[in-house]
Amino acid sequence: MSTATTAPARGTGDATVRSWKNPIILSVVALFALLVFALGAPGNDVTFRLSEENDPIVLPSIVVSAQLIGWLAAIAMIALAVLAILHTRARRKVPTWVPAVFAILFLIAFLTWVVGSARTPNVALYGLLAGSVTLAVPLIFGSLSGVLCERSGVVNIAIEGQLLFGAFAAAVAASLSGSAFVGLLAAAVAGVLVSLVLAVFSIRYVVNQVIVGVVLNVLVSGLTGFLFSAVLSEDSERWNSPPRLPVIEIPLLADIPVIGPILFQQTIVGYLMYIAVAVIYVALYHSRWGLRTRAVGEHPKAADTLGVNVNRMRFVNVLLAGVVAGVGGSFFTLVAVSGFGRDMTAGQGYIALAALIFGRWNPIGAFFAALLFGFATNLSNVLSLLGTPVPDQFLRMLPYVVTVFAVAGLVGRSRAPGASGIPYIKG
Amino acid sequence: MKLELIGITKRFGSLVANDSIDLVVEPGQVHSLLGENGAGKSTLMNVLYGLYDPTEGEIRVDDKPVTFRGPGDAMAAGIGMVHQHFMLVPVFTVAENVALGNEAVRGGGMLNLQETRTRIRRISDQYGFDVDPDAVVEDLPVGVQQRVEIIKALVRNAEVLILDEPTAVLTPKETDELLGIMAQLTADGKSIVFISHKLREVKAVSDVITVIRRGKVVGTADPSAPTTELASLMVGRSVSLTLDKKPATPGEVTFRVRDLTVQADNGQRVVDGLSFDVAEGEILAIAGVQGNGQTELTEAIMGLQDHVTGSITLGGNELVGRKVKDVIRAGVGFVPEDRSVEGLVGTFSVAENLILNRYDDAPFARGLSMSPSAVEKNADEKIAEFDVRTQSASAAAGTLSGGNQQKVVMAREFSRPLKLFIASQPTRGVDVGSIEFLHRRIVAERDGGTPVIIVSTELDEVLELADRIAVLYRGRLMGIVPGTVSRDVLGLMMAGMPADEALAQAHDVQGGNL
Repeated sequence: MSTATTAPARGTGDATVRSWKNPIILSVVALFALLVFALGAPGNDVTFRLSEENDPIVLPSIVVSAQLIGWLAAIAMIALAVLAILHTRARRKVPTWVPAVFAILFLIAFLTWVVGSARTPNVALYGLLAGSVTLAVPLIFGSLSGVLCERSGVVNIAIEGQLLFGAFAAAVAASLSGSAFVGLLAAAVAGVLVSLVLAVFSIRYVVNQVIVGVVLNVLVSGLTGFLFSAVLSEDSERWNSPPRLPVIEIPLLADIPVIGPILFQQTIVGYLMYIAVAVIYVALYHSRWGLRTRAVGEHPKAADTLGVNVNRMRFVNVLLAGVVAGVGGSFFTLVAVSGFGRDMTAGQGYIALAALIFGRWNPIGAFFAALLFGFATNLSNVLSLLGTPVPDQFLRMLPYVVTVFAVAGLVGRSRAPGASGIPYIKG
Repeated sequence: MKLELIGITKRFGSLVANDSIDLVVEPGQVHSLLGENGAGKSTLMNVLYGLYDPTEGEIRVDDKPVTFRGPGDAMAAGIGMVHQHFMLVPVFTVAENVALGNEAVRGGGMLNLQETRTRIRRISDQYGFDVDPDAVVEDLPVGVQQRVEIIKALVRNAEVLILDEPTAVLTPKETDELLGIMAQLTADGKSIVFISHKLREVKAVSDVITVIRRGKVVGTADPSAPTTELASLMVGRSVSLTLDKKPATPGEVTFRVRDLTVQADNGQRVVDGLSFDVAEGEILAIAGVQGNGQTELTEAIMGLQDHVTGSITLGGNELVGRKVKDVIRAGVGFVPEDRSVEGLVGTFSVAENLILNRYDDAPFARGLSMSPSAVEKNADEKIAEFDVRTQSASAAAGTLSGGNQQKVVMAREFSRPLKLFIASQPTRGVDVGSIEFLHRRIVAERDGGTPVIIVSTELDEVLELADRIAVLYRGRLMGIVPGTVSRDVLGLMMAGMPADEALAQAHDVQGGNL
């Protein structure tokens, strides 16, 4: 901590510390690309549609040769892998743009190959992207909830429970009241309830935060499952038929090709998501609340000696996180489908946690990480419709494989807040 | 501002940490609190700073009674504190650290860091601190971090500044700079409470000295009082501050280090091309400010570091690349710098801790089973021999005082014939009485013909024990000098000057250095 005195690195030129991890991974993946995407490329053209025929602004479709793209991408990836090897051999740091460009090339090559190999080599790119955003909405809310908690020093494993309870409360409240907006409000309250238990046990009673979180997830799953079969299924007309949130189109802006539907054709939950990302980002780095939150999560004792009430700060943040995740949960029952189903969040809370780490505890990072996971999920949905040669089960594994690689730190080491998971006891 | 503590008592359960302490700090004064580790100095200051509620007693500011419910109240009353372990968020910038808890804000609670930067620059210029408000704290040297702490207090208009063991982490040069800053502050009418157990510094800076022992004020002293008088007041009995040791009679050189380089995981050379020898029957002290590669050097010898190049030989056998167990088997005894984490298993009993390095040898082990009676017999012997004050051999080691814990570690390491003995910070946080005892044991081991390496950041200890002194600075050897060298030379070397230059310069300037 503060007593680390050793001077900044003199020469990083060194004999023993040299990480070959990056170049090896890049080389293996590049060879894979060469074998599959280039040598195994289908002979036909691939069509990516950018707009629908009856859209106000119609963009032409992109038609490319699968073989051409496969070969170009594979060669470029091999070149990047060689570059990484050369840098490592010369004991220099591999520039950060190398893995980034590599990943984009891989994505393009993979997309071209997999669509090209499908029975109908024709995909609506705009739909693929818009669908990704939609699927990412609960993930983004979930990881923002994680950001709020972990930045203040509380590990939030209970995101899953917050989402699920939010979904349940939204469905029931909206069904009973007949208003989706009441459901939205109920979802926020439900998220706070889960948070309250987490906060009381982990902050007040200093119980291990991971254990409380896991227990909460099991509790919420059991409780909603029981109520679902005992009450909701009995009279689903009354209890479980919530109205859906309307999609609000912003005139003109919604007509912009590709990005229009993503940004300006959302339900209120979708717009709230964009607002939440921006507000939490600005507040975290530029407000008094944010400075104190980060201080409490990094070095609570320092904050305490400056008159900041550490545990109150944490308590408030955990409750706020409940609001965010609860609203995210309403997506499942008020936007995606109309009605609650047992364990319908299906582990998305854990993926949100992964997005949080992948996004390096930063709201914007978490947003993009969640988008990537949403894209992987949506891609597997779209591809199984197109009839790809890859078995459906493998495609559905895609988001989880991406998660494992992401969390394993392939994109540089992420550094957690210093005091995350460590309860603060005065004195 | 005049600050008074009247009859402050602080109890933790049955333990009385402070026993009705009276203290008056006058404006413009440096008031030193002198006491051993665990005497209750820090507890008293935490009471004063609002971190602890006093069990009894009263705090008065300018003759008016005040109560502090938290550090915020104490700061509002004009009290600032620089903690021994800095209270800085390492990933924050200087400005963010200074702003925290006292933020200048625009509308809507948005930070106005520009305002904070301006205030930092103003204070920095006034006192010549040379602190960049936008630097990230973890990248700054310790001396600068300390100035950031002082700025934090000054921004909050502190009139009384508490400095808790401020010189423990500084080089002699940085210490001089700090003393200069303290003089400037008192000239501005601010008062300083200076907490230390280093007699020399206390004598140099104080206007008034209050000595605390076992939670009680045992007297006040004049800064001109002789060192031995202060020491006996602090310890409660007369102590000999000088160790009677015979000159070393070095034998054969059995331990050799050649071109030793250790790299951290990020590739930084934390130990950089060290070569030195240690002969049988001599003590080589390794001096330097904390964090200049000492830890990594000792760990490299023990086989605890990755990325080690070069050669370490003991009696002709190479140690680099060997497992820790092999190094121990080769006859190396090691006292790590943090006994509570690395030296002992706190929840294990004293008896178990005493055999951690020999648990699988006879007579403690027979095949798969252990022999409790042998473990117990060994414990009784060692406890008697090293005068370990413990309730019983089965008490958890973590419950012992620092000095007694260290005796347990030392007893364990000395319990078998050694070919090399290494001790890191052998007396850190140990009471003066135990220091004498531990030092005698180390010298006895030397006289028995073992090569000894002592790593210490305390110059007193280095000069006390060493036959030769090696100084490390940023992982490099600044040179090896005889144990009789002056403090000035060591101070210069610890700040990065090679031995020959340091010797020449110290010869030219007969300075008023500490």
